[in-house]
Amino acid sequence: MKIIVPIKRVVDPSIRISVKADGSGVDTSNLKMSINPFDEVAVEEALRLREVGTASEIVVVSIGPAKAEETLRHALAMGPDRALHIETDEMPEPLGIAKLLRAVIADEAPDLVILGKQAIDDDSNQTGQMLAALLGWGQATFASKLGIEGGNAVVTREVDGGLQTIRVGLPAIVTTDLRLNTPRYASLPNIMKARKKPLDKRPLAAFGLDTRPRLTVLKTEAPVTRTAGVKLASVTELVERLGRAGII
Amino acid sequence: MTVLLLAEHDTAAIADATLRALAAARQIGSEVHVLVAGSGAGAVADAAARLDGVARVLLADSENYDQMLAEPVAALLASLADGYDAIVAASTAVGKSVMPRVAALLDVMQVSDVVAVDGPKTFKRPIYAGNAIQTVTSSDATIVATIRTAGFQAAGEGGSAVVEAVSGPEPAALSEFVENFTVTSDRPELTSARVVVSGGRALGSAEAFERLLTPLADALGAAIGASRAAVDAGYAPNTCQVGQTGKIVAPDLYIAAGISGAIQHLAGMKDAKVIVAINSDADAPIFQLADFGLVADIFTALPELTAALEARAR
Ligand SMILES: Cc1cc2nc3c(=O)[nH]c(=O)nc-3n(C[C@H](O)[C@H](O)[C@H](O)COP(=O)(O)OP(=O)(O)OC[C@H]3O[C@@H](n4cnc5c(N)ncnc54)[C@H](O)[C@@H]3O)c2cc1C
Ligand SMILES: Nc1ncnc2c1ncn2[C@@H]1O[C@H](COP(=O)(O)O)[C@@H](O)[C@H]1O
Repeated sequence: MKIIVPIKRVVDPSIRISVKADGSGVDTSNLKMSINPFDEVAVEEALRLREVGTASEIVVVSIGPAKAEETLRHALAMGPDRALHIETDEMPEPLGIAKLLRAVIADEAPDLVILGKQAIDDDSNQTGQMLAALLGWGQATFASKLGIEGGNAVVTREVDGGLQTIRVGLPAIVTTDLRLNTPRYASLPNIMKARKKPLDKRPLAAFGLDTRPRLTVLKTEAPVTRTAGVKLASVTELVERLGRAGII
Repeated sequence: MTVLLLAEHDTAAIADATLRALAAARQIGSEVHVLVAGSGAGAVADAAARLDGVARVLLADSENYDQMLAEPVAALLASLADGYDAIVAASTAVGKSVMPRVAALLDVMQVSDVVAVDGPKTFKRPIYAGNAIQTVTSSDATIVATIRTAGFQAAGEGGSAVVEAVSGPEPAALSEFVENFTVTSDRPELTSARVVVSGGRALGSAEAFERLLTPLADALGAAIGASRAAVDAGYAPNTCQVGQTGKIVAPDLYIAAGISGAIQHLAGMKDAKVIVAINSDADAPIFQLADFGLVADIFTALPELTAALEARAR
């Protein structure tokens, strides 16, 4: 079985971003960048399926600027076989990403595609579902458990009321929740080895797809910020203040 | 502008999230239709018809939609899309799974997690875990959007819409429901509760979580929340997680006990009216936005707080 894992290069989750003063966007220059945490979980899950003999080949794919190569090398160091980098300086929207991934899938014919449930920069939570629709495949979003049984993916999903298990026929799309697994660290020898793994580069234009944005960002603002209130000396004072404020 | 709103329900009642999404739908367009799908959902469709601001209810009475699996529900919505300027749903697990699929079937971009409606095609939405708010306008013919419900008031009764039967395409058998593990509780629902009491990693065990937070929540009539660290450690079920990747809450009172205040946690609760933080570390980031901070050990402060509230009630 062949698995494709699409990964996105994003601002590291530990960084608190700031909004540009002129409202034109988020200032991401010189910030620490990382693999989207959900995508790292997706890579780990694919590796585990290979370790139990279910998967034979794992391909990671990233759409993004030249530096996305670093993110692909980071992923390769965890263990996948090879990488594809679709180069572009303009990041397409999820619909455009899904169309590019559909084209990759037409070439690669994987049995399973594991994506993150959301990219932590745009927080869109769309790409996997869109890709499934474009391919006419079944989908299992927000996976916290994944098993392959007789041509199906059996997936436990994190839903509002608890957990839901569904069975999806392969080929299928799965999107990961963080509780699916804990990703491994790449060892130094594996980081070295990853430098020599095949990494194919293709310019976005080579796909001949219209990935122009449908949404125009009119402005980007900082949210209303809260300021620190008062520190109280005791539980008694807390109850008294909450009572006075009419909250309890 | 005519808007189609996807309803969520349990065959007995319409979900609170849908009632709130209705408020946003009414801001997007002047005429709102509600789609109620699932077998035996007739009573829910009648209830939807009585909601204030609903002009028509579409009832797809078929077991194809009983578990609200994304593939058949998206196919149904896409088949109904003609004649609608916008198709919306609440940003729930169902809405988030179904709506991007609908958007791709219609070849449009989805607007995720709308927090404000600025015009029929212009919306505000959070990015970077709520650390920035974008105003976006769509050039697509049909708007497909999910609504972050915490900021919208639930619609009330007062309408008298007609209910019309509809049916969707015969679904391709792509996925199949196996089972649900539903966490039931008599407490108010987390996303609509007036008061939320949340515990973090500091609770240290499921037993302590239960022992310290349940009586406090009882005394306040509160819902119980948790940080991701607490859920990951197994102290609380995943349904309790508040944050960027959990539930978004905006209660009148939020009590964070033994929670440090990571960006991803704040993303889920910083719109609460009043925030109380109890943490033994005076420098914990949660204090930077708490209205009332108490530097204390939760193992003594929480029982004391519960006792004080119980004494007040007597
Ligand atoms: C992509 C991504 C998504 C995430 N999504 C979420 C999310 O949705 N929700 C979420 O919550 N997190 C999320 N996180 C995790 C988040 O970054 C933090 O790791 C998490 O919120 C920390 O939980 P905590 O505050 O309970 O634990 P900690 O950060 O360990 O904090 C524990 C706190 O308890 C205090 N403490 C310890 N002992 C006591 C005591 N006896 N009395 C009082 N105080 C005490 C400590 O001072 C500390 O401040 C996400 C992370 C990533 C990378
Ligand atoms: N530029 C990209 N390159 C590769 N994969 C991506 C890209 N953008 C999004 N994805 C995948 O789609 C998932 C969901 O992203 P989003 O819909 O933007 O929240 C991510 O977790 C990735 O797996």
